Amino acid sequence: MLGIFYLLLFYLLGNLLSALMNGFVPGSVLGMLLLFAALLAGVVNPAHLRKPARFLLDNMMLFFVPVAVGLMAAYDLIRGHLGAIIVSLLLSTLVVLVVVGIMQQKLGRRRHD
Amino acid sequence: MIRGILHSEIFMLTLTIGIYLGAQYLYRRTHWALFNPLLVSMAVIIVVLRLLGIGYEEYSSGNEIINFMLGMSVVALGYLLYEQIENIRGNALSILTSVLAGSIAGVVSVALIARWLGAGDALVASLEPKSVTTPIAISVSASSGGIPALTSVAVIVAGVFGGMVGPWVLRMAGVRDRVAQGLAMGAASHALGTARAMEIGAIEGAIGGLAIGLMGVMTALLIPLLDKLM
Repeated sequence: MLGIFYLLLFYLLGNLLSALMNGFVPGSVLGMLLLFAALLAGVVNPAHLRKPARFLLDNMMLFFVPVAVGLMAAYDLIRGHLGAIIVSLLLSTLVVLVVVGIMQQKLGRRRHD
Repeated sequence: MIRGILHSEIFMLTLTIGIYLGAQYLYRRTHWALFNPLLVSMAVIIVVLRLLGIGYEEYSSGNEIINFMLGMSVVALGYLLYEQIENIRGNALSILTSVLAGSIAGVVSVALIARWLGAGDALVASLEPKSVTTPIAISVSASSGGIPALTSVAVIVAGVFGGMVGPWVLRMAGVRDRVAQGLAMGAASHALGTARAMEIGAIEGAIGGLAIGLMGVMTALLIPLLDKLM
């Protein structure tokens, strides 16, 4: 339960910080960074977080289902330019994947499994 | 009586989780890329809602708790990042450089392709932040003349697509390094790419989480700059 409390607390702190910057960066992303910083600083004991974090992260894909179903409500919005939207989004997503993947592999400290 | 149950929160939640588990089972049995659990769940749920005459608003409000869990799981990435700290050490500079390059390549490529296919300014501005996590993408889109609702669609499309084909594309491109795989998945497809990266491994997932934040901030700073140049 302490682990869940920590996650809630840092989510709350993240939301607070997010509100201070007019919601520009989402509270959850700021919460992630704050939790990371607190763990590095030794303020929070990582042992408490293992179980709840694992549970959430193992099921992360499920949490996207309602958001994805939202496409249902957006169909009218994209209908007019369906071709341009889909083609540019898909190709550009591939570009980002390949550029970031290849650059990091070339520049980074190599680590193979 | 039955109608009341069909419109209850318990029904919406059971529907979401039940269909997701079914889709996951289907994927694990077949390992066929097109049976991506998220894509299958989305399609089946949309059909079920249409058949039952349930609108998206109602479905969405019945799934509030799942949206909440999504936020919690992003916070939990902070723990994963800590667990994987060894893989970040010594990679900081290359991570920053690679994500910056990805951010530029993503914004420029989507703008050029969309324009080439006849898209106007508002549409292009709506698509530019597609690889960025939704809240950042929406504020960037709004301040650069885009349509926020369209941007959130673009973010989901980039996320679902990258999550679906990402691991395969990276393999084809010869990217075997685990840090590089996670970084690419998070940079191209934000939390959706990261959720998929998590299924490959903990290092990939943690680095994906880091990439979401970096990509969001860099793209937000970059788009106003590129808009002046292009």
